Amino acid sequence: MMVQDPDTPVEKFNPALATESITRFIRDEVTKVGFTRGVVGVSGGIDSAVVAFLTARALGAENTYCISMPYKKHDPSARADAEAIAHALGAPFQTVDIAPMVDAYFAHFPEADHIRRGNVMARMRMIVLYDLSRVHRALVIGTSNKTEALIGYTTLWGDMAAAMWPIGDIYKTEVRILARFLGVPERIVSKPPTAGLWEGQTDEGELGLSYEEIDAILVELVDKRIPKDVLPERGFDREKVERVYEMMRASQFKRRMPLLPKVSTRSINHDFKYKRDWGR
Amino acid sequence: MVIKVGLGQIKPVLGDVRRNLETHLKVIEQAAAAHVDLLVFPELSLTGYYLQDLVPEVALDPGNSDVLQQLIDLSHRTNVDLVVGFVEVAADYRFFNSAAYLSQGRLVHIHRKIYLPTYGMFDESRYLAAGEVLRAFDTRFGRMGILICEDLWHPSTLYLMAHDGAHVLIAVSASPGRGLRRPDQLGSAHAWESINRSAAQSYMLYVVYVNRVGFEDGAMFSGGSELVDPFGRCLVKAKTFDEDLCFGEIDALEVRRARTLYPLLRDERLDLTLRELQRIYARRHQLE
Repeated sequence: MMVQDPDTPVEKFNPALATESITRFIRDEVTKVGFTRGVVGVSGGIDSAVVAFLTARALGAENTYCISMPYKKHDPSARADAEAIAHALGAPFQTVDIAPMVDAYFAHFPEADHIRRGNVMARMRMIVLYDLSRVHRALVIGTSNKTEALIGYTTLWGDMAAAMWPIGDIYKTEVRILARFLGVPERIVSKPPTAGLWEGQTDEGELGLSYEEIDAILVELVDKRIPKDVLPERGFDREKVERVYEMMRASQFKRRMPLLPKVSTRSINHDFKYKRDWGR
Repeated sequence: MVIKVGLGQIKPVLGDVRRNLETHLKVIEQAAAAHVDLLVFPELSLTGYYLQDLVPEVALDPGNSDVLQQLIDLSHRTNVDLVVGFVEVAADYRFFNSAAYLSQGRLVHIHRKIYLPTYGMFDESRYLAAGEVLRAFDTRFGRMGILICEDLWHPSTLYLMAHDGAHVLIAVSASPGRGLRRPDQLGSAHAWESINRSAAQSYMLYVVYVNRVGFEDGAMFSGGSELVDPFGRCLVKAKTFDEDLCFGEIDALEVRRARTLYPLLRDERLDLTLRELQRIYARRHQLE
């Protein structure tokens, strides 16, 4: 008998149960390390909206600091959507324009391409969130979902940096179900996902695959452990499967702590094994 | 004989035996005030679950442990029999995932977990030794057996306990909840309910299932402790996710009634089972 039948389709995802599990997770893991508050970088997109809603359920809206960190005029509606999320929750809201910081840096590197600029923006937001977490005596609640973490569609030490990832085991297509259950405004749920790193960017445009396609392949590879060579026989496009597999393989470094050479008897990351919740 | 059992669904702190002992003492006092006869705590209730390199640090020697002695003394003072989970260090310094039955100032029985899950999210065999003995034991309330979590996923353990005479199966666990694709409950909770009901009605015995709650590094122990009668009916159900202390009754007559109506244990062909097992064992180990 299986604990979870991985053949059960995504449509069977139970958002009420997910909400119950995740809010308890946030409350437990925040409070047992002596905190009562969280800061969430709210972009106006669905992932951060869902995390803000879940954090507000777990810790109370008054303890959920929603921080909008726009870069100049990228997607002006995103800023309004970010504020709408905080407003809907009745949560404290703060805007920090990261343009002066990012522009000051790139004044030294005017030739920098959009990848460098996107990474610096993501890491600048990390700096702001960690600084404000100190101000509010809060933990940084991350917004990475399972899909983007598995394919590495993230910036290391940027948007990935957080004390916890409440939706880190929830696929993007499940996040949409969860968002509707939580009452996230429909225009936020249905707008095209974007990392907001340059004007007009969309995730699916950049990846060349829809989230439905990516998640369907990830479920086969990760949850069901179907060998990738078998998937074309089951109706999956071989080229797409290879791309998703390769994104997953190539980004493994982002999901691990830095390597260190094992030269002593007991070494961090090798054989010095304690959970973070040691004594908690 | 009718006895009152308590399901002590607690939230242990990882690696802090003193704080967990305090939790035990508090719950024991509550159970004593409610005139409970037998109070069961979950797997590794004194230590927490994902111990890894903490195993040797939290291990207790049953022959020389002030923590266990306090609990043994308390079983005498309160007249509540106790089942507690801990890491046991043996004389040869092997460490076991153990559960002890304490009664009236005595350590009556220790069960060492036999099946240590070492796959997926579990890594027990890396840190712990596997128990090698499976026995029912006599208590002042009748014959019982203790199994720990993964033990129950091996039906042979249930079979042996039942045929060794257990009327009450004490099943303790630290089971991480998971599976979000059912309409009613976690996939893991559904699996446990199936196992407990099936064990109870296959072997006509009571199942006292006690699971823990709380989180360890994102692993979500989901509770849902329960008392299932020899007909497979759930008599008492503890909360999902939250700490809880709930009570139910075990009536020896119900075991008798179930086994009278369904004399399956009577009809069991132990000789056939043994013979076929010997054959299968020989084939598997190429002894033939």
